[in-house]
Amino acid sequence: MIAPPTAELKLELLELYDAYGAALDDELERWPEFFTETALYRIVARENFERNMLWPTMSCEGRGMMLDRVMAIRETSMFAPRQMRHFVSGVRILGETPDGYRTQANFLVGESQVEAESRLFAIGRYMDLVVRDETNGGFRFAEKLCVYDGNVILSSLIYPL
Amino acid sequence: MELQAPPWSAIPYDWYSDPAIYQREQERIFRGHAWNYVALEAEIPNAGDFKQTWVGDRPVVVARAKDGEVSVVENVCAHRGVAFCSQPYGNAKTFQCPYHQWSYDLKGNLLGVPFRKGIKGEGGLPADFDFKDHGLNKLFVARHNGVIFASYDPAMESIEDYLGEILPYFDRMFDGRELRVLGYWRQRIRCNWKLMIENLRDPYHATLLHVFLVQLSLNRADQPSSAILDRDGKHGAFTSRRGGEIDPEATKEIAAASKTLTLQGTQMLEPLHEFPPPHTLVMQTIWPNIILQQNLNALAVRQLVPRGPTEFELHWTNFGYASDDEAMIRRRTMQANLMGPSGLVSIDDSEVIEMAQRGVQRFPELSGVIAMGGLETDSVEYTATEAPLRSMQKYYRSVMGL
Repeated sequence: MIAPPTAELKLELLELYDAYGAALDDELERWPEFFTETALYRIVARENFERNMLWPTMSCEGRGMMLDRVMAIRETSMFAPRQMRHFVSGVRILGETPDGYRTQANFLVGESQVEAESRLFAIGRYMDLVVRDETNGGFRFAEKLCVYDGNVILSSLIYPL
Repeated sequence: MELQAPPWSAIPYDWYSDPAIYQREQERIFRGHAWNYVALEAEIPNAGDFKQTWVGDRPVVVARAKDGEVSVVENVCAHRGVAFCSQPYGNAKTFQCPYHQWSYDLKGNLLGVPFRKGIKGEGGLPADFDFKDHGLNKLFVARHNGVIFASYDPAMESIEDYLGEILPYFDRMFDGRELRVLGYWRQRIRCNWKLMIENLRDPYHATLLHVFLVQLSLNRADQPSSAILDRDGKHGAFTSRRGGEIDPEATKEIAAASKTLTLQGTQMLEPLHEFPPPHTLVMQTIWPNIILQQNLNALAVRQLVPRGPTEFELHWTNFGYASDDEAMIRRRTMQANLMGPSGLVSIDDSEVIEMAQRGVQRFPELSGVIAMGGLETDSVEYTATEAPLRSMQKYYRSVMGL
């Protein structure tokens, strides 16, 4: 058992996850800011994760690829307009590393398309490495692994989770 | 002289949502004269390995018995209809139904029925109940270079004859080398299954819809390309070669080519030539249920599973070769960003075919027009054509009796 986090640390992490979800829903251009320059971001179906195949549905090595993904969503991809909404809960610290903390959280993401009713789009968990940023002292993700439980993506996964 | 347009240059919109058409497709196409893809041998390498999958909308289990033979059986207990197998994959000595514990060997033969002789001499099965008549329903199986197919038709030709003129393209990816499964994707798309196959048989859309490809010069209308068809027109292979400079004449009608795009991270576009030149992309549609993808180093089987007239699932099995080194696996993994449920190219397709479904459902009395490239239904060496769509329509109509 690791000691419970201080109220200050817990609050800081909750704020990080809340701000992350809000950025994805409403300010996509800010999404890469939540990561370190060389961060590894992956979205993986549970069936692959359980078989030790970290085959990603979406992956970015470093902030550059995240910026490319944002650019593609904004400039080149053709898709029906939709609004996503993140609900993040159960933020926990699983361990401490020399650089930061191993953290985990649940996500539930809703999708509302103009031509269809709102639907539950994805349920799963984040398994992350959170590190202190040397310049401003805040937290950033050095690793983010998003494992979605349902295996079947409803239509297409346009936006990152 | 006015040419009379043949019937297969039009597609009635009603055929994408009519439940009667859907039922007939299940009987005549998926359970008719066709080899359906079911698995890669690499997914069930050992005796006892099994995998659940689908032939049309029927659930089946693919298993490797002790003698190495591969069997495909319907996932429905011969007793009361329960799907006896509820694991997506695994290893087993026998299949046992959870309801009354009827058990079967991996080839589908009935092995045991609890209380067969009754309890204390009372009840039990009649004396003339023959286990041989109550096995699982077995499909016919064909295997070629690590790929497993199944059919309901006892009169199927060999898989090699079935692939016909497409066989050399099929063997390009499946040349007998041992495969390595890298991971799965599954997508549920709200449209008729035929719209997905038709999208892959439509070379006309590729350079117009896929802005990402065009802007990165991965696929352009001026690149050398071809659309190859087998003699019935049921299978198709679309090939393309990644080009150099943009030809302004060929791309002037493509709005997307007006600006160019640069990537900050180039990991997803560092391909290595691993197949014989000149093609850098070969997309095949193997009738009736798969699309074979080779785009740079991204290799996948995309299996179509119909879920009613207006919905289907696309099951992607991404693979490489057992001989791949770490660098090659990383390359395939990075290039996976172009494909799949979140692919920078394939998102366009899964989205646009849903839009097409919404359109055709609202206008069931109308028909689509497939006139690009005139009336021909043969293989061609250019992209401004819908010949592969016409050939599919011609074959579909003959199988369906429409």
